[in-house]
Amino acid sequence: MRLAIRESLLAFKRAPLLGILSITTIAFSLFAFGLFGLVAVNLQSALRDVENRVEIRVFLADGATEEAIATMLGDASAFPEVAEAGFVSPDSGLARARQELPEFKDVLDVAVLPASIEVRLKEGFRDPIHVKDVASRLGKYPSVDEVRYGEEWVEKLHKIRTIAAVAGSGLGLVFALVAIIIIGSTIRMAVLARAREIEIMRLVGATDWFVRSPYLIDGLVKGLLGGGLAILLTWLANSVISRNLVQTTFFEPWQIAAGLTAGALIGFFGSAVSVGRHLKQAWREEG
Amino acid sequence: MAGIVRLTRVTKEYPRSGVALRNVSCEVDKGEFVFLTGPSGSGKSTLLKLLSFVERPTEGEVKVSGYSSATIKSREIPMLRRRLGIVFQDFRLLQDRTIEANVAFALEVTGVPKANIGPRVARLLTQVGLASKATAMPHELSGGELQRVAIARALANDPFVLLADEPTGNLDERATRGVFQLLRDINASGTAVMMATHDLSLIEWSGLRYIELEQGNLVYDGTDATRFTADGRRR
Repeated sequence: MRLAIRESLLAFKRAPLLGILSITTIAFSLFAFGLFGLVAVNLQSALRDVENRVEIRVFLADGATEEAIATMLGDASAFPEVAEAGFVSPDSGLARARQELPEFKDVLDVAVLPASIEVRLKEGFRDPIHVKDVASRLGKYPSVDEVRYGEEWVEKLHKIRTIAAVAGSGLGLVFALVAIIIIGSTIRMAVLARAREIEIMRLVGATDWFVRSPYLIDGLVKGLLGGGLAILLTWLANSVISRNLVQTTFFEPWQIAAGLTAGALIGFFGSAVSVGRHLKQAWREEG
Repeated sequence: MAGIVRLTRVTKEYPRSGVALRNVSCEVDKGEFVFLTGPSGSGKSTLLKLLSFVERPTEGEVKVSGYSSATIKSREIPMLRRRLGIVFQDFRLLQDRTIEANVAFALEVTGVPKANIGPRVARLLTQVGLASKATAMPHELSGGELQRVAIARALANDPFVLLADEPTGNLDERATRGVFQLLRDINASGTAVMMATHDLSLIEWSGLRYIELEQGNLVYDGTDATRFTADGRRR
């Protein structure tokens, strides 16, 4: 193992440019992937914010008794899809409407707004089918006048989310593939640069594992360094965007850890594949 | 005594270039010196590759020091190679390391304890007459000297047979005699040597056993070098 580390260091010392080139190539491929990830993470969180506002408003008939309202509140809270259900009296409804629609402040009058029940759904149940289903169940109560939930809006939001998710995973896959291919060929270059060493190692009877190990360590370290550099670059880009354009959120710690791990794994397995292929060919091509 | 190297009806066929060796059988004993000769493409290199298990025969069996091509496992091949010394026409040294580092490399990558490497390298370089060039770089050496380094490296793990593929092909007459003498000395100390060569005068001059290949067929195995003059291949 010590020799493997020494050989990797020696290779770096002999061809520092190639080493630096590999690390920056890995870093930039992962950086592109990181930027894409940043957009995806922020889009996702923006959509989640919007989705949090999905709610069902049940307007009650004028003659609804307190008892009927209490039953409804109890039933609605017990629905598996429901996060919370709350009573909104005409007064508080009015106060809120005045606050949210200041331009109509003077027109709004207690008489306009009926009492209502406001129902918020749990995450995962805010899609059109569940919203519609809960709304229709609530609509069956006798003291209900009308149920509103912005049908069109909920459907549109759902569509956007679906498209964002599909496009996101598709693009993410492409970015990841491109990164893997670029990193793979960079590592292959490093392996080819040391083809003679590999050949001689095999010639004198080094085991395949022994031949591989310096490259695996090499790939792992370069992947880790490249991954770290990519995260640094992404963080810088994020700070610049946050300060000058729009407020954005950066990756969670686990996402950063996942990025580093991905870099290291790509480096490791990229090397393993490159060396493996090389070991298979190495001598056969000789005349 | 059974040969340390034995080929039994060996045929080697490549998918693209066709048959390289056809039904070849021969045997080399412990401590023997054998030339391998024949025109380019006659199968000399293929035979050496079969002996070092770089290639496996299409038909027949190759046996080297108890390992058989029919039964050897991939992970046993490195172990076998440690008992083979292999030398090429183009030396195959690492240009960016000193002479002693080149020889030490063979010991390091086969897991020899560090403490044993230094003295062993010094002894090997003395054996091939290059003790004074230990810290030189390959580009500072002549062709003959480079081949001696390659031979020192091949001897690093005490091989029982040395396979040399045209070791003098790139050398002038004087260097050729020097390298050949070195191989003879190594042979005298008990290591079998198989040397592929085009140099018929060397075979004639030495009077040693030679195996002649032609288009993949073994056409002669013996010591009668008068054949070369008889069929007009020499001058």
